[in-house]
Amino acid sequence: MGYTFNGYRRPDGQVGIRNYVGIIPSVTCASDVASAICRQVQGCVTFPHHQGCCQMPPDLERVTDTLISLGKSPNLGAVLIVSLGCEGTDVERLYKEVSATGKHVEIIRIQELGGVSNAIQKGTDIARNMAIEISGLQREETDISEVVMSIKCGASDTTSGIASNCVIGYVADKLVDLGATVIFGETTEFIGGEHLLARRAVGGENGPVGQKIYQIVNEMEGRAKAIGCDMRKGQPTPGNIAGGLSSIEEKSLGAIMKSGSRPIQGVLEYPQHAAGCKGLWIKDTPGREPEILTGMAATGAQFMIFSTGRGAPQGFPCMPVIKICGNPNTYERMKNDMDLNAGVIIEGKNSINEVGEAAFAKMLRVLNGEMTRNEAIQYFTSIDIHCLGPVI
Amino acid sequence: MAEVFALKAIDHDNVATVFTNDVKAGMIANVADKKGHHFEIQLLSDVPYGHKIALCDIKKGEEIIKYGEAIGAASKDIAAGDYVHIHNMDSQRGRGDLEGGTV
Repeated sequence: MGYTFNGYRRPDGQVGIRNYVGIIPSVTCASDVASAICRQVQGCVTFPHHQGCCQMPPDLERVTDTLISLGKSPNLGAVLIVSLGCEGTDVERLYKEVSATGKHVEIIRIQELGGVSNAIQKGTDIARNMAIEISGLQREETDISEVVMSIKCGASDTTSGIASNCVIGYVADKLVDLGATVIFGETTEFIGGEHLLARRAVGGENGPVGQKIYQIVNEMEGRAKAIGCDMRKGQPTPGNIAGGLSSIEEKSLGAIMKSGSRPIQGVLEYPQHAAGCKGLWIKDTPGREPEILTGMAATGAQFMIFSTGRGAPQGFPCMPVIKICGNPNTYERMKNDMDLNAGVIIEGKNSINEVGEAAFAKMLRVLNGEMTRNEAIQYFTSIDIHCLGPVI
Repeated sequence: MAEVFALKAIDHDNVATVFTNDVKAGMIANVADKKGHHFEIQLLSDVPYGHKIALCDIKKGEEIIKYGEAIGAASKDIAAGDYVHIHNMDSQRGRGDLEGGTV
């Protein structure tokens, strides 16, 4: 059966499911101005983060690349870059590469404009014009193969690997079979299950993709071990442990259920946009929400499907996040924050496939414009860019 | 009649996960696998919702198996029906404390 959705076709061919003006601070020091503009103008989203200055050059490049990929998000119809004027981010490249998508991009510099109030005034005028300019854009019928779905689990417990992550795996397999793109990450949560993923790599465990999977896990585990202590409490978190997860291995084996069963096509670096990638891909990210949500929005994912057991409420400004709860007790307590109850699987009331079909149906509605629970209340500030080196 | 529902993910797992609230020592767990087989085991301790029980005796140092894979090793001898968690099993990964750090 063919599926379609109604989305916003962008000049570069990507298809958005939301139509926002993105106000992007190039550096943490510009975040307040960006937020002030965003509050004033309807139809805007912003991304207050903590990076972009006093970092080692590879991290500055990483921040620039991530902001470029974020600016390319198909859910953004126009982009206003807010620069301080003395940051380490390459603002000119940011402007140039986001402009290359064909969308309307402008830049303001706080120091050049004579300070915060002038920058807010100028930025508000620009953002207002952009909001009006994109507001009349109509949705067009689009084949399901244009979907780019990101997936994640957070505040997990032992129900995640048995119920909600399996539901996501069902949706992931179905989308891959329909020719769409699915991206999963959380490299920390491959530890103990990396051999299972590597065996699913295109070219096998010993091919370049399989070997790359082992490499990113070794690097992530190596960064943790370099501190010289037991990773527990960091991963798994105290909440995971209270939820019955005894080790990172147990958490990982449950977490990777959400990747489904299809072959893994390749590994994207954290800042990379997934343009041209079809099928199931990995993005090398940590598991913490601000960094993975930002990294996944920067793949060009139109939305995320997010599994939880303990109850994670957060979303992301330009990427609707569908919450699926695997724990029936948590669902009962936190149903206002949850889009779907997979706890019925644990209770024996419904199968994984039945809840998977309900999740797929919710996804189709979200693609067509229906809001998710966190989107409706703008639970949006889990934002940051994952950097590797020290702040200096 | 069994009062407690526990799920075993894969045939050769030596633990199962309890999905019943307010589970106390002495209760009987009905352990199910995904193929629909069942067997009963008496619990030796209280077990919170979503936590694990041992399905057989596990000696100190032996692997704890869930999803058919090692999720850690027993840090002390564990008896069939015991509660299994961080008090009697250890993760084997991300252990900078064992290998020494470089930072």
